[in-house]
Amino acid sequence: MIGTLDPKIPPGPLAQKWRSHRDHSRLVSPNNRRKFDIIVVGSGLAGGSAAATLGELGYRVKCFCFQDSARRAHSIAAQGGINAAKNYQNDGDSVYRLFHDTIKGGDFRSREANVYRLAEISNNIIDQCVAQGVPFAREYGGLLANRSFGGAQVSRTFYARGQTGQQLLLGCYQALCRQIARDTVRMFPQTEMLDLVIVDGQAKGIITRSLCSGKIDRHAADAVVLATGGYGNVFYLSTNARGCNVTATYRAYKRGALFANPAFTQIHPTCIPVSGEHQSKLTLMSESLRNDGRVWVPKRKEDRDKPPGEIPEQERDYYLERKYPSYGNLAPRDISSRAAKEVCDEGRGVGPGGRGVYLDFADAIKRLGEDTIRERYGNLFEVYEKITGENAYKVPMRIYPAVHYTMGGLWVDYDLMSNVPGLFVIGEANFSDHGANRLGASALMQGLADGYFILPNTLPNYLASQMGKRPSPDFPEFENAENEVRARIERLLTVNGTRSLDSFHRELGVLLWDQCGMSRHEKGLRESLQKIPELREQFWRDVRVLGSDEDFNQSLERAGRVADFLEFAELMCMDALERDESAGAHFREEHQTADGEALRDDEHHAAVFAWEFQGNGQPPKLHREPLRFETVHLTQRSYK
Amino acid sequence: MNFKLKIWRQTNAQTPGKLVDYDVRDISPHTSFLEMLDILNEQLLGRGEEPIAFDSDCREGICGTCALTVNGEAHGPDHPGAVCELYMRKFRDGATITIEPFRVGAFPIVKDLVIDRSPLDRIVQAGGFISARAGSAPEANSILIPKHDADLAMEAAACIGCGACAAACPNGSAMLFTAAKVSHLSLLPQGYPERESRVLKMVRVMDAEGFGNCTNTYECEAVCPAEISASFIAKLNREYARARLRKSAGE
Repeated sequence: MIGTLDPKIPPGPLAQKWRSHRDHSRLVSPNNRRKFDIIVVGSGLAGGSAAATLGELGYRVKCFCFQDSARRAHSIAAQGGINAAKNYQNDGDSVYRLFHDTIKGGDFRSREANVYRLAEISNNIIDQCVAQGVPFAREYGGLLANRSFGGAQVSRTFYARGQTGQQLLLGCYQALCRQIARDTVRMFPQTEMLDLVIVDGQAKGIITRSLCSGKIDRHAADAVVLATGGYGNVFYLSTNARGCNVTATYRAYKRGALFANPAFTQIHPTCIPVSGEHQSKLTLMSESLRNDGRVWVPKRKEDRDKPPGEIPEQERDYYLERKYPSYGNLAPRDISSRAAKEVCDEGRGVGPGGRGVYLDFADAIKRLGEDTIRERYGNLFEVYEKITGENAYKVPMRIYPAVHYTMGGLWVDYDLMSNVPGLFVIGEANFSDHGANRLGASALMQGLADGYFILPNTLPNYLASQMGKRPSPDFPEFENAENEVRARIERLLTVNGTRSLDSFHRELGVLLWDQCGMSRHEKGLRESLQKIPELREQFWRDVRVLGSDEDFNQSLERAGRVADFLEFAELMCMDALERDESAGAHFREEHQTADGEALRDDEHHAAVFAWEFQGNGQPPKLHREPLRFETVHLTQRSYK
Repeated sequence: MNFKLKIWRQTNAQTPGKLVDYDVRDISPHTSFLEMLDILNEQLLGRGEEPIAFDSDCREGICGTCALTVNGEAHGPDHPGAVCELYMRKFRDGATITIEPFRVGAFPIVKDLVIDRSPLDRIVQAGGFISARAGSAPEANSILIPKHDADLAMEAAACIGCGACAAACPNGSAMLFTAAKVSHLSLLPQGYPERESRVLKMVRVMDAEGFGNCTNTYECEAVCPAEISASFIAKLNREYARARLRKSAGE
């Protein structure tokens, strides 16, 4: 049983906490590090950087990913940039301001100490990435360039064209390759974690399945690090890669790790609208486009089917500029997304089905010329043309919000360790830094902060007391976990029903998008909590998974993930129901201001909601970690 | 739209494969090529046949996972772009489409359309990095890099590691892949200290993995989804010659 949740925030003034914590943490000496085996699951920005850095420090690391190469982790798809408080533009930026913007952007639902540390470390990340050869954009004098992003009034975002995530990931993949060559890291591609093994209350190993051969293996270690990303694909359609899933974190939850704030899911305002029922994913158009693009819909709904060029200036509603004059088109993501939904709900949406708004570059092209726009966003315009067949230099883009990122994740303390000792969770997989809404260009920052700088400093604090305690994979705990994994696979293969995996996953996605998407209300959530178990029951009765378990079997690997989504979705709706307030991306229709903004209830809900699994069929137990604000003042967020 | 498909089916690396005919009907022109395969797989499942194995992940052209040869062309007819960015509107209604894996000696077939591209990882492991320990990096703006050099490095660094270059090459050469990484890192001052050892090691492993050599046919450049220029191969050759010369001169 878990007592009160202690985030273990170090004492002292905010700006000194991280330094003083490092000064007083326990260490593992260089010649002892090779005696420790560390498992890292995931090879994206967080997992890749953690595995490389721990290998470099001398630990023996095993790194697992489901992709066929570590370089293909989904961090690669991040487009716009990475924030840092360098103040290279001399526009008033500082560590404090990045901290404050992030806390405010997250609608005051994250921990001050964690966020301050993130802002501090942001500058080290840029130094580290440049040293690795990440080709960030530069000015003619050879200095690094910056651009602006949502939720900030300074230019603090570093970028590499529209491929910042790719370049940062390749930097970290290359660092990982260097360690693989040095034999400090063993890489296991196409290997999926299917269970966490706990021995004497501590995380000491995992059970994996090779996606190529179907072989099930046991891996024992001194600590387990999960860097397995977010769960956006619970909605079926999202901007996530097809393989992204909740399995690793959900399996850890079922082994006792707390799942925090699962209802905090980010809907990104600028994605290409859904075009048809067979669509398999949604494509993001980077938020950086809002630097130069202007968002609008027709003022009158009768005009929505007119070609945009025939709608005169005075008949257009630049609704973000109208409602949020000081941030304009760069209002934060949750606010921009809801504003788009609102105008579409009013019947003023454009494109097929009326679910779209214009993102118009005509003014920017007039002001800067087409060449400048092409240099800034050329590849995004190409992607848009490929998918829609339209030329956005000539006609405005059509965009609509889509599921993009999940702020919720496994609960961790200041050391990024979950409530299960020895289980560390980093990157999008944890819940820690973005509160109820993440600002643009902050995910890359958090992933790399966790992997390069935080975990390598906090992991030894745990390991120092664990010398010689690594269990053998022959322990009964491993055998039991392996048997459970095998039984579940067997069960999936023997249902032999009539419905496909996709049909279940799609149905779940539609249900969640309608009831637990951009806005939520009590009635809808209660209905979903009825429907999800029914759908899950039907899945286990009627799903059809062909092939064998001792083979490359893509249906089987996806079946396990969909089965986990069908359980996890219930937890998400439960959290959304329990959080009886609006905060950031979590918009409860019952709680809004007179002009339709999210209305928090700080008195009752200024807390992290962390859920503890109580057994199949049992409602999970809620733990609350109160959030204390000593530096910032809780205010109604305003971007007007 | 309706299509006749000829798709490569192969149980594993040991068993010989063959092209099998399939029909798909009523496909919207807005369907992506991989979504069309998803639809076919749903139909196969309904008939109790095992779905066709093919790789994909991000489905927006950046992760480099998808790797299909469509009508003989790596990534299909819509260049530049990965096959996940290909849409059915690019085909004629009623067309016959042949779908095969990337055919490269160094990439064994895992199943159906899925191949093993781990040789590309091993080329990078041989030296495709800058050794920069976390914690030791100097202040970022203390290294000035001319915009032109940074832009050129970015053009090379844009490689998505899909292996289409090797698939398109009549010699099965991975020179464009290797050249892109060597060029990216040798164009930047941070990459100078390991410049010579890097190119020598990477080329050695590239050869050892069984890739062929470049004979300047430029098929690689034509199919590259990231538009990596074949001129980087010339840069690779120069870097290699320079490193060999300096090594033989004992520098």
